[in-house]
Amino acid sequence: MTTLITVRDLSVAFDGKEVVRDVSFSLRAGECLGIVGESGSGKSVTARSLLGLNGHGAQVTATTLDVGVDVLEATPEQLRHLRGSRIGYVLQDALVSLDPLRTVGTEIAEPLRAHRVPAAQRPARVQELLTSVSVPEPELRARQLPSELSGGLRQRALIAAGLALDPQVLIADEPTTALDVTVQAQVLELLEQNLSAGRAIILISHDLSVVERLADHVLVMHRGRVVEEGPTAQVLTSPQDPYTRRLLAAIPSASSRGDRLSDLPPATITAVPRERAPEAGPVLEAIGLGKSYRGPDGRTRPVVQDVSFTLDAGETLGIVGESGSGKSTTAWMALGLTPPSTGQVLLDGEAWTGIPERKRRSRRHRIAVVQQDPLSSFDPRWTVGRTIADSLSVGQGRRGGARGSAGSSGRERDRSARVAELLEAVGLDPAFAARHPLTMSGGQRQRAAIARAIATDPEVLVLDEPVSALDVSVQAQVLDLLGDLQSALGTAYLFISHDLGVIHHVSDRVLVMQGGQVVEHGTADQVLHAPQHPYTRQLVSTLPRRDLQEAS
Amino acid sequence: MNVVLIRRILTTIASAALLLWAVATIVFFLQHLVPGDPAMAILGGASANPPEETLQAIRDQYGFEDPLLVQYGAFLTGLVQLDLGESYTMKQPVTAIVSEQILPTLQLTGAALAIAWALAITLTLLTAGRRGWLGRLGAGIEVVFAALPHFWLGVVLLVVFAVVLQWLPVVDDGPLGLVLPALTLGIPLGGFLAQVTRDEFDVALRQPFVLSALSRGARTADVRFRQVLRHAALPGIALSGWGLGSLISGAVVVEVIFSRQGIGQVLVAAVNAQDLPLVIGVTFVVALVYVIANILSDAASVLVDPRLRHTIGATS
Repeated sequence: MTTLITVRDLSVAFDGKEVVRDVSFSLRAGECLGIVGESGSGKSVTARSLLGLNGHGAQVTATTLDVGVDVLEATPEQLRHLRGSRIGYVLQDALVSLDPLRTVGTEIAEPLRAHRVPAAQRPARVQELLTSVSVPEPELRARQLPSELSGGLRQRALIAAGLALDPQVLIADEPTTALDVTVQAQVLELLEQNLSAGRAIILISHDLSVVERLADHVLVMHRGRVVEEGPTAQVLTSPQDPYTRRLLAAIPSASSRGDRLSDLPPATITAVPRERAPEAGPVLEAIGLGKSYRGPDGRTRPVVQDVSFTLDAGETLGIVGESGSGKSTTAWMALGLTPPSTGQVLLDGEAWTGIPERKRRSRRHRIAVVQQDPLSSFDPRWTVGRTIADSLSVGQGRRGGARGSAGSSGRERDRSARVAELLEAVGLDPAFAARHPLTMSGGQRQRAAIARAIATDPEVLVLDEPVSALDVSVQAQVLDLLGDLQSALGTAYLFISHDLGVIHHVSDRVLVMQGGQVVEHGTADQVLHAPQHPYTRQLVSTLPRRDLQEAS
Repeated sequence: MNVVLIRRILTTIASAALLLWAVATIVFFLQHLVPGDPAMAILGGASANPPEETLQAIRDQYGFEDPLLVQYGAFLTGLVQLDLGESYTMKQPVTAIVSEQILPTLQLTGAALAIAWALAITLTLLTAGRRGWLGRLGAGIEVVFAALPHFWLGVVLLVVFAVVLQWLPVVDDGPLGLVLPALTLGIPLGGFLAQVTRDEFDVALRQPFVLSALSRGARTADVRFRQVLRHAALPGIALSGWGLGSLISGAVVVEVIFSRQGIGQVLVAAVNAQDLPLVIGVTFVVALVYVIANILSDAASVLVDPRLRHTIGATS
């Protein structure tokens, strides 16, 4: 087999700061190389170096950087000829990687135009490409804008553009991130077909299960360096480097239930566990919940239909489903923020929906929420301390106002002490109270969001995709923290996620939603090891192979 | 036919009509708050020293002593029949004066808008998203252009190009005479538009779709011209409706400097002579131009941004 790419001692620095250091690999025809690492590990920068696309500020050095031409010696025009025709590059997140003002057809035809394919031949080639990536109705799709396509179709269209000139090498940079599991499986299948057709692929991902499925050979990158490399099976089953081992241990799955995912020490939380009579009913109960919206054409569309569940104190109920399945709408109804069209929610046996907000307000502190994107759920101008203190005042409510005679400075001191305590409980230094959300990492922000949510000592915490935007090792830390908090405080979790591994790791019972309805309901092991409904079976079949091997 | 589209068009027309009515009403009542006797203005002002009987006859003829609401009713009735009354000073129907004078002004503002856009696009394409001195130079030029006042720029251009270099005529009704006034109006607006398009250009340039296009072998110049510029133009287009309106106010000054015919000259004369119907007429027509300009700029946005088109289509 011919060697298509040879890289020796590649280093890339921006403004003197080295982000990639001494990376070496080679790629032969028909081979798939996986590059794994967390955000900031230098995997994308490495890939862009192969195309000479690191921008003006980058200082790229290497003893060899050969992709058919010597990238370091090539003229800009030679590099331009290489892009698209010899190496196709598919970026992550097709919504922003396709120009929102151009039709999908124009986008796919662009490499043809850039490489002087006659205009008359382009439309037929675009159709052919869309068909080859299994996009239905290619004539219609070619005329549509990216925003009119679903995430899966957009990602296929992007891959079609990358394949337009039949390049020998395809670089796929996080091709499945932000896609639902079943769509993710379809995109991986498409890449698999390309691989068996003899194309070489460089697959970049933070998701080990994605890499495992396709790659022959894996590079594990950490802080710009390759910490481990080797055949995929060998690296993933008997990792040598401590970082790889940590990365593997951090993946939540059925087998990780009850184990800690990160190597952080358990959080020390001093709290008196909630006293609750065993005969008391569920803390949260949903009875026949439904929600429908009227579309602009006047027709009513049900988003959620007949969803019922109970949540007991200290328990975790996982809701799993793809985007559009009605998970988040259900969460908002449980929070009493979206009034249900039918059915009702009971909080501690008392009506929680169908009553005016005025009557809910005094009980608001009993139920709290953590959202997916902590950055947009914080006011960027407020310090973390102020945000948390603000939610403390909700919890105290009128009680705080009534004891006004205590003196405001004394209350102030109480409050900042409580903020510090909360920050410590979620594993953040109390000094974070003075920080602004923009200056914090994703994991730190999510911890602060959790601190805010538990500030009022709620009985129920609604967690809406709380770890979906986090790297796997940060995700592991946050999941561990949530576990520690639950055992210390006895909070019940309504945990919403599209990730089956996460759901299986955290949930006692699981609700599977599809198209607004609950299709399956049971204990986590029942639902995920012996699924009854065809949809659940399909979901479970997309799980990484390694998990299935361990389970059997 | 598309129900949503029809509803959009009807809403646009209705809101335009409402706006024009509001403008006419405000101008009408404001004018009546201004001290001074309109009958005196009709007879040529206080210096003409008309006898009291003549003044009274005029007041009766024009109904100046009727209750204000009756006068307002008569004004609105005229308005819907496109009759804005007769100018006190020029003794001609206001519609005739305005329709004759609006054309040179529209030519001037149209040419100025074209110059502004040419400037904005050139500056953006050449200098936006460039590193080093070129980008800073572009940004600097824009600030200077945007800050130039019309009265100063007009006089400087006139002195340099017409008086000293004698490349262009000082006063001319033909296309050559349009060059300097249009530049006077267009350069500051161009600087302003360029600031907006440059910002958007820089934002669009950082979008992943640019990297995506480059990775397929597209030329940088192509990506800038065919893709990024389109994104950059959108906020500029939205501002152009407002820009055209502001150019008409600017035209008042520029027409005086270059002694051009036009609505600006008429307005200045009408205000000085307290020619109430003419002031209202000019204001009303300027408001009309504003409304039409905004509808046109909305239409242009839809033309450039297919997402707007598609969302209209998608909800049908």
